[in-house]
Amino acid sequence: MTSAGSGLTLLQTCALSLLVFTGASQFALVGALAAGGGPFTAAAGAFFLGVRNAFYGLRLSQLLALPRMVRPFAAQWVIDETAAVSLAQPDRRSARIGFLVTGLSLYLLWNLTTLLGALGAEAIGDTDAWGLDAAGPAVFLALLAPMLRTGTERAVAGVAVLLGLGLLPVLPAGVPVLVAALAAPAVLWAQGRRKGAARGDVPEENR
Amino acid sequence: MNIWIAIGVTVLGCYAVKLAGLLVPAGVLERPLVRRLAALLPVALLAALTAQQAFADGRALVLDARAAGLAAAAVALVLRAPFLIVIGAAVVVTAGVRALGG
Repeated sequence: MTSAGSGLTLLQTCALSLLVFTGASQFALVGALAAGGGPFTAAAGAFFLGVRNAFYGLRLSQLLALPRMVRPFAAQWVIDETAAVSLAQPDRRSARIGFLVTGLSLYLLWNLTTLLGALGAEAIGDTDAWGLDAAGPAVFLALLAPMLRTGTERAVAGVAVLLGLGLLPVLPAGVPVLVAALAAPAVLWAQGRRKGAARGDVPEENR
Repeated sequence: MNIWIAIGVTVLGCYAVKLAGLLVPAGVLERPLVRRLAALLPVALLAALTAQQAFADGRALVLDARAAGLAAAAVALVLRAPFLIVIGAAVVVTAGVRALGG
């Protein structure tokens, strides 16, 4: 729905869901394209959002102990939800079942709702009149909110907002978001100078 | 065409990192600093994207009905409303303000 509202065709919207299958990255790509970003800067933003899946994969490969032949196929389903379900299981067998069931059902549901949403948005026509352009930032805010648990996250978010908005008029489209990503190392560095020690933490958010 | 390029690059990149996680030997990503950074990067990206989508029109900064919608979403989140209610609140308030000429 969001993506159909920002100029993607039905086919492009569905291809995105089928092949990327990482909600946050899909929304980020669509959002960046809607904001007038070039294809590579838009893809870079989406890519960075997808990077956390590598961290799930690391935990899951130990837990599931998948055969090498299966890994390229299992990889597409390595996302927040499958990781959360699998990691919550008491043993390897139920972890594997949890991964399979969660992956399969989410993959079908996600792509079905994408198709329906895109069809619906095409039928509605001018999405702005219905306030649908506010759905994008609201989705991002909803994804972001559970992550803002400590002062560090809030500081990073605050600096990123200032960078993202402040640089928007002066830098080419798409670049301010990438510069805003530097808020993360910057805040960590500032914190490291104050405290000297960093604490490990696993990201926990929605797709 | 540009959109297809973006989709293609995103598809390859996102699949590559998913697969990389499964193939990378443990230990490399276990360093506290790397994990901390990986947790914070999405926070920075999402915050910047949220702000830009709510307050930008092209490359100009604007304050319009979307700001009211985003505020409604924030209130809904503070009240611990479900995901779809949060999005719905933003959409309805934005449409409402716009209908009133905001």
